[in-house]
Amino acid sequence: MKGSIYVELSKCLSCHSCELACALEHSESKELAKAIYEDPAPVARVRVEAVEGAAIPLQCRHCEDAPCVTICPCEAIEKLGPEQAVIIHEDKCIGCKFCIAVCPFGVVSLRSDGKVALKCDLCLGRTEEGLEPACVSACPSGALRFLSAEELSKQKRQAAAKREYQAAQSGKEQAKEEQT
Amino acid sequence: MSSKDNSISIDPASEQMLESAASQELELAWDRYQAMLPQCGYGQLGLCCKICVMGPCRIDPFGQGPQKGICGATADIIAARNLARMIAGGAAAHSDHGRDVAHTLLTAASDPNCDYKVIDEKKIRALAEEFGIATEGKSKEELAKAVAEMSFAEFGQQHGELKFAQRAPDDQKKRWREHRVMPRGIDREIVEIMHRTHMGVDNDPKNIILQGIRAALADGWGGSMIATELSDVLFGRPNPLKSMVNLGVMKADEVNILVHGHEPTLSEMLVAASQDPEMIKLAESKGAKGITLAGICCTANEILMRHGIAIAGNFLQQELALSTGAVDAMIVDVQCVMPALGELAKCFHTKLISTSPKAKFPFAEHIEFDESKALDIAKQIIITAIENFPKRKGKNVCIPDIRENMVAGFTAESVFEFLGGRYRPSYRPLNEGIITGRLRGAAAIVGCNNPKIKHDYGHVTMTKELLANDVLVVTTGCTAIADAKAGLLDPGEALQYCGKGLQEICRAVGIPPVLHLGSCVDISRILVVLCNVVSQGGLGASIADLPAAGAAPEWMSEKAVAIGFYVVASGVYTVLGQPLPVQGAEGLTKFLCQDIEDIFGGKFAFESDPVEAAHMMLDHIDRKRSELKLAPVLYPVPYAPKEVAEAAVAV
Repeated sequence: MKGSIYVELSKCLSCHSCELACALEHSESKELAKAIYEDPAPVARVRVEAVEGAAIPLQCRHCEDAPCVTICPCEAIEKLGPEQAVIIHEDKCIGCKFCIAVCPFGVVSLRSDGKVALKCDLCLGRTEEGLEPACVSACPSGALRFLSAEELSKQKRQAAAKREYQAAQSGKEQAKEEQT
Repeated sequence: MSSKDNSISIDPASEQMLESAASQELELAWDRYQAMLPQCGYGQLGLCCKICVMGPCRIDPFGQGPQKGICGATADIIAARNLARMIAGGAAAHSDHGRDVAHTLLTAASDPNCDYKVIDEKKIRALAEEFGIATEGKSKEELAKAVAEMSFAEFGQQHGELKFAQRAPDDQKKRWREHRVMPRGIDREIVEIMHRTHMGVDNDPKNIILQGIRAALADGWGGSMIATELSDVLFGRPNPLKSMVNLGVMKADEVNILVHGHEPTLSEMLVAASQDPEMIKLAESKGAKGITLAGICCTANEILMRHGIAIAGNFLQQELALSTGAVDAMIVDVQCVMPALGELAKCFHTKLISTSPKAKFPFAEHIEFDESKALDIAKQIIITAIENFPKRKGKNVCIPDIRENMVAGFTAESVFEFLGGRYRPSYRPLNEGIITGRLRGAAAIVGCNNPKIKHDYGHVTMTKELLANDVLVVTTGCTAIADAKAGLLDPGEALQYCGKGLQEICRAVGIPPVLHLGSCVDISRILVVLCNVVSQGGLGASIADLPAAGAAPEWMSEKAVAIGFYVVASGVYTVLGQPLPVQGAEGLTKFLCQDIEDIFGGKFAFESDPVEAAHMMLDHIDRKRSELKLAPVLYPVPYAPKEVAEAAVAV
């Protein structure tokens, strides 16, 4: 399943369910009541940021030309392919934090023990099984969506076409009214 | 049985209705549960607070985000406040039910024209004596009036101790007084929870929970016990009787009337009205062969216990019953009635009739119940149902042809008579059974249904596991209905699931291995049974000493939380199938599942697998047996006591 996570900002109610689901998905036990007591504590890779009263869920954009991949001195960060995840190989990571410094979105963080950089991996295990990333399926209001670029642009085209069609229709009706 | 199969219920009648509902595209609780997934983790862990509007606040259980609410409340404080408020909700529900019964008793005793009468003279005399009322030369009505007034006073009492709490063994009372949880007045304790959990009042998690316990005890040893005892006075003490259970008790060619909810006042009158020859004649004139009255949930248990009225189903069968298309009217009062029913009823000819001024429902017709005109209103409701019957003609009706026999109607008193045999009423045979090791112990399994666990699976699996290990089971509420549907309340059928020792006891005394003690307020009967077992002697001086345990494998409601707390605070180890919403609060969880035992002798455990949960109960029972230095269990059992199992391995 190829795709990226998109956010419909008007639908986000700031419930933080995405954060909880993300940390849980990246835990050892994958059982909430157990996961919260694991050491090191599982870390959420999506964060809901507050800006002037609005809530903005942010996670890795999985850039096609990712600065973190370019700057990593030990090839620990890999882009798996077009429209696929940028992932961190934890065994290669030395914790230099260059990736944190260059990320335009601030969505790379350090593990609680400080030894490795962490970020969204698009829930590879889930998407390989045809499931959506954990944050997307946890979102109760449908603010988070997992789509391919083509699906997204198709949806946007449909919406634009509908707008234009409605405008044209109302234009026709207006002309009719003016005639009568 | 296996976790692989996709069935939603272990009950074949329910499975049949689930299929039928799916084919009709009816929306049921299970569909709404699926749509709700995944459920909010903060809520599950007890970490959200919306008590004041500086919030809503939530604690990040993974430690990255906030660890305190805006007021500074920690996870333990937030979870404790929320939990205490759940207890307040549950205790309020049970106790308000008790208050209504007291009101009915007062009306019956004061007004000679009232449709309710004081039925059980023996019981009202005993209660009056217990309350310190001079009984000599007084009529049962005079005594009932005095008892009703004194029961009312228990709700509003500001200081002192509740009367029924005095029934508890001395050890329990000593612990309650020492830790200042002996309930003073029923309403007061509930109000005090709401005060203490208001912004900026009690912020010590343990202190908050102790007040929760005081309100819970005011429920179990107050409101619920008043409901049970005064219902017995009004409607008669139940005695063992036979009846039927499951959706198949409805009949295609009769007017089907279902009562659903909790209080016995209305359902008692509906029983009388439905058996009125005039009503039956009216039904026949509309083309029906008769009137079938059956129940759902605890109002069903109330009229089952006293009249042998059949039960149509438990909590998660309320929508399935309507989905049959065979229900001409469903009459509801209070508690556990889903707001979804009205919309579902609209898919059929079925009328949903609400009756309580406290409980109105979308798309329901409201016929308000008034105790001073009880029988007239009950008749009006029955007539409404009968007149609706012809509208069923030509419609698709599907009643599963599945029903089971059962024996119900046990009470603390009738168990007493039964156990002692006809000539020697006594708890001796029960205590002796445990002392000699024929019985390993006793367990109470109670509670609701919850779509989070396969319908009835928790109840029935746990019951069977305990029976096989020679544990006598008492049950109430929706567990009792689940067990009845599985044949476990049919003495003939149930014995096959029992260990040898339990079989011997059941045969000798003439009781089924699973005793149905009534509705959920009747868990107060279980408390009285425990008191009687302690006072019979030989098994310690405290409820906490008994080789006994409690469980609620499929619980869902605030009432179940209140019950859990009064049972634990009365000294009983209690396993819940769903955890209390406290697991995000480490200190509070440890208090409830560990430290609380030092204070009250009982504690909570959370386990969703009913077999595993049964084994935890057996481990506890074995620990109590060894503390009492009782003989080892007499016969080999499938889940052997731990020391014995270890010894066997060593050999």
